[in-house]
Amino acid sequence: MPNKTPVLGPAQFKLLEKLCNAVAVSGGENEVRTIILDQIKPYVDEIRVDALGNVLAVRKGRGARRMKVLLDAHMDEVGFMLVADEGDGLYRFKTIGGIDTRNLAGKQVLVGKERKPGVIGAKPIHLTTSDERKKPLSEEALRIDLGPESKMKVGERGTFAPNFRRIGPSVMSKSLDNRLGAAILIELLRVPHPNIDVCAAFTVQEEIGLRGAKVAAQYFEPDLAFVIDSTPANDLPMQYESENTFYNTKLGLGPAVYVANASTLDDPRLVRYFEEVAHRAGIPYQIRQPGGGGTNAGRIQRAGLGAPVVSVSVPHRYTHTAMSVARIQDWKNTLALLHVALVQVTPSILKR
Amino acid sequence: MKQLIQKLTDTFSPSGYEEAIRSVIRSEIKNYADDVRVDALGNLIARKGKGGARIMVAAHMDEIGLMATHVDDRGFVRFTGIGGVYPRNLPGGRVRFIDGTRGVIGLEGGVFGNDLPPLEKMFIDVGAVSRQDCRVKTGDVAAFERPFLDLGDRLVAKSMDNRVGCAVAIEALRALKSTSNEVYFVFTTQEEVGTRGAQTSAYGIDPALGFSIDVTGWGDTPGQRDFDVALGKGPAIKIRDGGMLSDPRIVDWMTGVAGKNRISVQREVLLGGTTDARAMQLVRGGIPVGCVSIPCRYVHSPSEMVDYNDVQNAVKLVAALLKAPIKLSGAR
Repeated sequence: MPNKTPVLGPAQFKLLEKLCNAVAVSGGENEVRTIILDQIKPYVDEIRVDALGNVLAVRKGRGARRMKVLLDAHMDEVGFMLVADEGDGLYRFKTIGGIDTRNLAGKQVLVGKERKPGVIGAKPIHLTTSDERKKPLSEEALRIDLGPESKMKVGERGTFAPNFRRIGPSVMSKSLDNRLGAAILIELLRVPHPNIDVCAAFTVQEEIGLRGAKVAAQYFEPDLAFVIDSTPANDLPMQYESENTFYNTKLGLGPAVYVANASTLDDPRLVRYFEEVAHRAGIPYQIRQPGGGGTNAGRIQRAGLGAPVVSVSVPHRYTHTAMSVARIQDWKNTLALLHVALVQVTPSILKR
Repeated sequence: MKQLIQKLTDTFSPSGYEEAIRSVIRSEIKNYADDVRVDALGNLIARKGKGGARIMVAAHMDEIGLMATHVDDRGFVRFTGIGGVYPRNLPGGRVRFIDGTRGVIGLEGGVFGNDLPPLEKMFIDVGAVSRQDCRVKTGDVAAFERPFLDLGDRLVAKSMDNRVGCAVAIEALRALKSTSNEVYFVFTTQEEVGTRGAQTSAYGIDPALGFSIDVTGWGDTPGQRDFDVALGKGPAIKIRDGGMLSDPRIVDWMTGVAGKNRISVQREVLLGGTTDARAMQLVRGGIPVGCVSIPCRYVHSPSEMVDYNDVQNAVKLVAALLKAPIKLSGAR
């Protein structure tokens, strides 16, 4: 008997682990695309992969004059590209997406379709001068070391080695941004929302400039859009007793509803709608601090004739590093909030 | 027209939150336009004329503002800017939130001293004594608050950028009793954060050419350099700005019409900044664009100053531009 409400059970944890352990860096999303296609095919009426590699799927509703609601979750993760072969298994590399190079030295990596393991190396500490240790290591000082047998070529993509684990109330893994979003969108497609046409876009190349979303929005021409992403929680205590006022979001406070960031002023009607849905359904939520950062919402909002948008994200700590941390309860509540919002959405929420 | 400008500048509508100003402008134009509609991003689109060349005239109705990022336990509100908000314009300023809550901008460390802290070290004091007592929450939106000032030839208010441009568009629509063109006056949203409303509205209208009406900078106060535009010397025909090169044929057309109608104009070469014309120029297959600018002192401060004669002459120029069939001539 198919479910009417999304479930977060052992199958969903296994799926999140599979998604997180895949290597799918911007521009090379194939491993994740394959998993997603396999998961959603039984539940959708239309499915295609477009020229950029976006997975575009529609689960149709019933009734005349249904709204088209676009749900976007980007499939790509940050990573590296090999740019020069220095021989002996050592490669110079460039980061793909916003990676702080201070987080790289000593990290394990997987590179290429063959998932060759390696490590990011730098000069060991006892060979450095005190001056060198004062400055953070730049990309130029680091190397990916795959060992002399690796036979990797320039242009191959790689990322942090897979390391998913569930510990207490948390999941910890690389690429929670945005495998959590992709996992949520898969679960939303498994259950019916007969009042609307659900247009799902698992998009590519978000981390390098919100690219796939533009094309997906131009294809769907939706009435409105919800972007499902994962956003940083910088909620560690400050060093010297002063209050942390720049946390962006906090773990444990629930799904983060966006009001504004560098790419988008989220539509106030949709922000208000999510707040009302959350209150009525008793789902905790937080407002993501306005400020920097970008999501696919910006591109979708201005594609073609434009559409009202809002982003709803799962908070996680240690963005774009080898291991991020998110609370299972936040994942659950984000899925629940989006599901109820889809069930209750009507054209009247856009009334001015 | 001074009353109209005051009405518009007294409205609080930062980018993304244009509901109030849209309603004010709609009531001003509804008896003069052939058709009025609102698109997906909230742009207010008023059509005048049918069947002729499609022309889009954009005047953005949003203003810069502030958005609350955090309310601390003593009720002080941290904030970020919406659009180009500069620290110099903030200390001691007054703001009003959309719900009417008013406050003062304070600085960490107080007011004595010569340095200028960044936005992160400022806060809004709404008179609350604790977080629970504070009516503001994260995401709430505010704009500068400052009374309108009529100095005779000179008018001062917050959000002259671009409510004075909206006023010019409204008056031009009223003055345009008939036209052989199909003119779309678009009061756009979200210009201050990246000409966003203009992009989707231009996509929908698909005009043959377009121009924006916006304020521009000024060159006629102490220390201003390299900008040859002054208050009182007439509306400016924009040659270029930081984001757009006007089509030379549009510049010629505007100059010609100004000459024929004996309207003194200035030529504007702006090194930074941009307007909705940029978004119109690059939409779909692209269109020729230009801009009619109103010189404005102290742009993006709470006290922006324009010359009333410049504003009235801008209305004359825009109405004259839109009335007759347009023939762009000359080499590109």
